[in-house]
Amino acid sequence: MKDFARLFYELDQSNKTNDKVEALSRYFRKASNEDIMYMLAIFTGRRPKRVVNSTLLRAWASEKAGIPMWLLEESYAAVGDFSETVALLLPDSWNENDQPLSYWYKYVISLADKTEEQRKQAMFEAWASFNRQERFVFNKITSSTFRVGVSAQLVIRALSQHTKMAVNELSHRLMGNWDPVSVTYDELFSTKSLKDDISKPYPFCLAYPLDDTVDKLGRPDEWQAEWKWDGIRSQVIVRKGHIFIWSRGEELVTDKFPELDALKSVLPDGTVIDGEILPYTNGRPLSFNVLQTRIGRKNMTLKILNDAPVVIYAYDLLEWQGDDIRHKPFEERQALLENMVNTLNFKPYLQLSPKLGFDTWHELAEKRQSSRENISEGLMLKRKSSAYQSGRKRGDWWKWKIDPLSMDAIMIYAMKGSGRRANLYTDYTFAVWKGEELVTVAKAYSGLTDKEIIEVDKWVKNNTVEKFGPVRTVKPELVFEIGFEGIQRSSRHKSGIALRFPRILRWRTDKHVNEADSIETLNGILDVYEKGN
Amino acid sequence: MLFAYSLKYPSLNLIEFTSKGMYCGPGDFYIDPWRPVERALITHGHADHSRFGHKYYLSQQDTIPIMRARLGFNLYEGVGYGEIRMINGVKVSFHPAGHIIGSAQIRVEYKGEVWVASGDYKTEDDGISPAFEPVRCDTFITESTFGLPVYNWNSQKAIFEDMNQWWQHNKERGIASVILAYSLGKAQRILFNIDHNIGPIYLHGAIENMNNAIIEAGYKLPFCQKVDMGMKKDFKHALIIAPPSAAGSSWLKKFNPYSLGVASGWMAVRGGRSWQSADKGFALSDHADWQGLNWAIKLTGAERIIVTHGYTDVFSKWLCEKGYDARTVKTEFTGESPGSNVVDDESIIVEEQES
Repeated sequence: MKDFARLFYELDQSNKTNDKVEALSRYFRKASNEDIMYMLAIFTGRRPKRVVNSTLLRAWASEKAGIPMWLLEESYAAVGDFSETVALLLPDSWNENDQPLSYWYKYVISLADKTEEQRKQAMFEAWASFNRQERFVFNKITSSTFRVGVSAQLVIRALSQHTKMAVNELSHRLMGNWDPVSVTYDELFSTKSLKDDISKPYPFCLAYPLDDTVDKLGRPDEWQAEWKWDGIRSQVIVRKGHIFIWSRGEELVTDKFPELDALKSVLPDGTVIDGEILPYTNGRPLSFNVLQTRIGRKNMTLKILNDAPVVIYAYDLLEWQGDDIRHKPFEERQALLENMVNTLNFKPYLQLSPKLGFDTWHELAEKRQSSRENISEGLMLKRKSSAYQSGRKRGDWWKWKIDPLSMDAIMIYAMKGSGRRANLYTDYTFAVWKGEELVTVAKAYSGLTDKEIIEVDKWVKNNTVEKFGPVRTVKPELVFEIGFEGIQRSSRHKSGIALRFPRILRWRTDKHVNEADSIETLNGILDVYEKGN
Repeated sequence: MLFAYSLKYPSLNLIEFTSKGMYCGPGDFYIDPWRPVERALITHGHADHSRFGHKYYLSQQDTIPIMRARLGFNLYEGVGYGEIRMINGVKVSFHPAGHIIGSAQIRVEYKGEVWVASGDYKTEDDGISPAFEPVRCDTFITESTFGLPVYNWNSQKAIFEDMNQWWQHNKERGIASVILAYSLGKAQRILFNIDHNIGPIYLHGAIENMNNAIIEAGYKLPFCQKVDMGMKKDFKHALIIAPPSAAGSSWLKKFNPYSLGVASGWMAVRGGRSWQSADKGFALSDHADWQGLNWAIKLTGAERIIVTHGYTDVFSKWLCEKGYDARTVKTEFTGESPGSNVVDDESIIVEEQES
């Protein structure tokens, strides 16, 4: 555990990519193959299920540290991270008997079969055997909140140096269904063929946002343009009579879409499609929030299926007749995909994502203006000659999103942030005018520069009207421009509306609160938006 | 008159909290006032405790060169630790606070009632500042900069082992080590405790200024060269000590490539570290940690505790639950500020930018 905790701290403290790769390599050299498997599992989100909830952990930590609950809560408010708070409250252990990561991972899993009292004793025992750093990392694993500032790509890069295996090969092997308890290092990396695991997805190809003008991309005829859909990016795999649907977050979501199950008998064996699952009625996609009701459900009722029918808009073909064809040019893969989808004629469940014809960039730019009416977030541009890359690479795939909707709103509540911003007021609630009153419409916690955050933090501290737990009510004086991706009616919110992905675009120091928007303005946007749907 | 808290024992208020600062009525003097006054007793040389504009300053004698360096010439008078002064019939003495060189707790006695204003303090002996001495009193005025149970410092020895290792590691990689630390207090503490055998140490001008004041006060500091404009040096093996205000400044560019370390109590928490975009944080503080605060308060034997800055509300609530008569008073002391570059010795930063 000492090595793993050290790795975490080295990664956490460094801002430099090379230092991070170096720290990872050092860990790979030192750790056993078994520990590497557990480390990879944790770093790629394959964490043990949470068996102890945070309320219990708090109570136990307060008992162990001998401090009242309210003081633990106050400490938490200052630290901004529960695992860290608990780690800091207890003294360092001088126990030199260091158990490997695999031991502690299995220790956490074993909590599931214990009674509550046994769990408590097990936690006390574990806490007592760590120093603060180890205890912090252990708490993160136990509470299933482990996060670290390295991308999977960086881990794979370091692993590739260690194993001498190609990056693409490694990222493919690390996809999908495996867990360190039942799969060994050798099975994952050496002898075992990838084909043995029929559910194994390919790494998704991801696009960069277009940061330059579109005409810098060269000749328009070298590119294919499509709408950028806001659904569930998915990979549909049909192999040996089985179907597997993976979301981009590497979650197996096959069960959420029973209507797509029939694809396993329709698609030829050895087919993998990259596409987007979208809610769809009367020949057109609906806004994403229609699908949200379905994602959270365990059991799919007929009503849910009818309320939010889905379609897959196919983007790409990755495997055809059992062969990995990702290296073939996009154009060729498209031809195969089109041919297949058209021959199958499996509408209404499987369709091609429509292509946008254009001769000039100007013409495409005009089409982009109608994105919102098409329930899309903008455009995708793909180079016709490109291979299907693993992960986010510059050059061949670009997303060209439309500007978000926006409003000017007034800050009325502030809360301290978490993690690196734990000591600063960074989470704000915004309101707009409803007659003479202010109604809250959004919460946002990103979009300001560090300098602005310090300034706003200071302002919050000096302009607090009321404290309510961690929340401060502030004088309604600061105006911010808030961007958002969508808007819908909501009976749960007092304002009657809910915004999708609200974030701060700018601090409008030039605006007086009287110039902030009113709920009528937002209702106006809502009307336009609903007509689009 | 602006009283910041209600007078529960009006007859016992030897020290009142006024808009100008802590005021002793019978003695007619202020302690660490934040507005200009006739007579100021000063706990220590940080800018939020020793301010411009008083007619007369009384402090522990080692604080005088520090104040002179920061505030220029004024009417200063110094006393030794433990030496007794009578001011209008009030008995006053200064006792080590262990915060920085010259730092003192001010003991005030009148008609058998004893109050101690502790300014800022730390309970661990740092080897350079005279070590904290608990002083028995009826009412203890305390800071609570790190008044939460999550703040528990590692031993100074362990922290400097870590700092030596970091420097050594950087040296092996051929990069410079820059450490940000307050010019008054922490910089000298580092100079005093770091392993000088690892490589050369260079100082930012602001730190050299403070060092000169401290040498004038009679302390011995290891000699280190100041970084001058246009200095052509190889910094690859060096440790450079700079004030927090140097973070993000172009002054740092000449040390490229370097690793940035920050020495501050706030580094005990991850959020504090990444906020400063430090490569390495050292939880080294000149303030008492949670254990230290509780220990110090217990040893004073005081029944009444007044908490002036830091996590005041939380800490006084905790003390009340422990059976003390504790309360919070709002002051203009800042302690060690998290995150930003606003620090104990704010005015020094201004001087740095001018030089």
